Amino acid sequence: MRPRGANHARAASLGVALFVLCAVWAGGHTTFAAQPPDAAQDGFVPMNDIPPEDQLPAAPLLVAAYSVVWAIAIGYMWTIWRRLGTVEQELADVSRRISERERPGE
Amino acid sequence: MNRRLFPGLTVLSLVFFVTAPIIIVRAPYESTMGLVQKIFYFHFPSWMAMFLAIFILGVASGIYLFRRAPAADRLAVAAAELAVVFGLMGLITGPLWGVKAWGVWWQWDARLTMAVILELILVAYLLLRRYGGAGSEQLAAGLGMFAMANVPFLYVSTEIWRTVHPRTSVVPTLPVDFGIPLWWSFSGFIVLCLALLTARGRLEEQRAALDQLYLALEEE
Repeated sequence: MRPRGANHARAASLGVALFVLCAVWAGGHTTFAAQPPDAAQDGFVPMNDIPPEDQLPAAPLLVAAYSVVWAIAIGYMWTIWRRLGTVEQELADVSRRISERERPGE
Repeated sequence: MNRRLFPGLTVLSLVFFVTAPIIIVRAPYESTMGLVQKIFYFHFPSWMAMFLAIFILGVASGIYLFRRAPAADRLAVAAAELAVVFGLMGLITGPLWGVKAWGVWWQWDARLTMAVILELILVAYLLLRRYGGAGSEQLAAGLGMFAMANVPFLYVSTEIWRTVHPRTSVVPTLPVDFGIPLWWSFSGFIVLCLALLTARGRLEEQRAALDQLYLALEEE
């Protein structure tokens, strides 16, 4: 007759083995379930139309196109306004320097 | 360049641009392309505005080259920059349409390649004006005229070569329902082009005035 502790150890080992087996089986099953259901493995089947879920939506492209035009137009107008401001400021400075030089000789 | 023109032209272009999307939304869908075809209402006018700017660049360059008129040179610089801006709009909106219509962003066919080359010629013009140093005005004027000479070839390229791009004959044969939003947007782009040309021309005038003042300062 085996000692009682050995029986417990054997039962525990069996339980762990069963748990590992179940975990491996469940994991594998989940992995297989994550695969595309009908990915063509045995042959390709032709069809004429792309499924709706695969089609590129047109609305974001349309919105992007119009936004780009607006952004470029406004951005360019802003650069002109900024450059014009800089040049006009410089123009005023140089004019002032010239008039200051002319003043002592008057 | 008439300074008073700018506010009026800007307001008018704003009216066109704000109302254009409403008119475009009400336009019918094209049977094969659907919603994405509506990009055409901004894409085509952007190229037309670019062609207008290039025409002004070419004529002004010719006047400068043969008559040495500084005002023509200033107008040419302004027009060249505008042509680059409107060309950029066309080069961005085109692939946004193409990715849906053709399934690819870009095709190196005759029309698209010529459009890129024209844009690069204009960028070369601006680089020459910026970094070319003294005397670059004449070289740039030649380049500006060369850019203008390219436009007719670009326009008829879809008729001459087999390209994936829709043919030029699409526009004159448009049904009225498609034509109204197109010509409305077209008017908006042309007015915007003129408004920006007025503002950009003013910048060139002020730069010329500044150069004159610096010369006066050095001579004293």
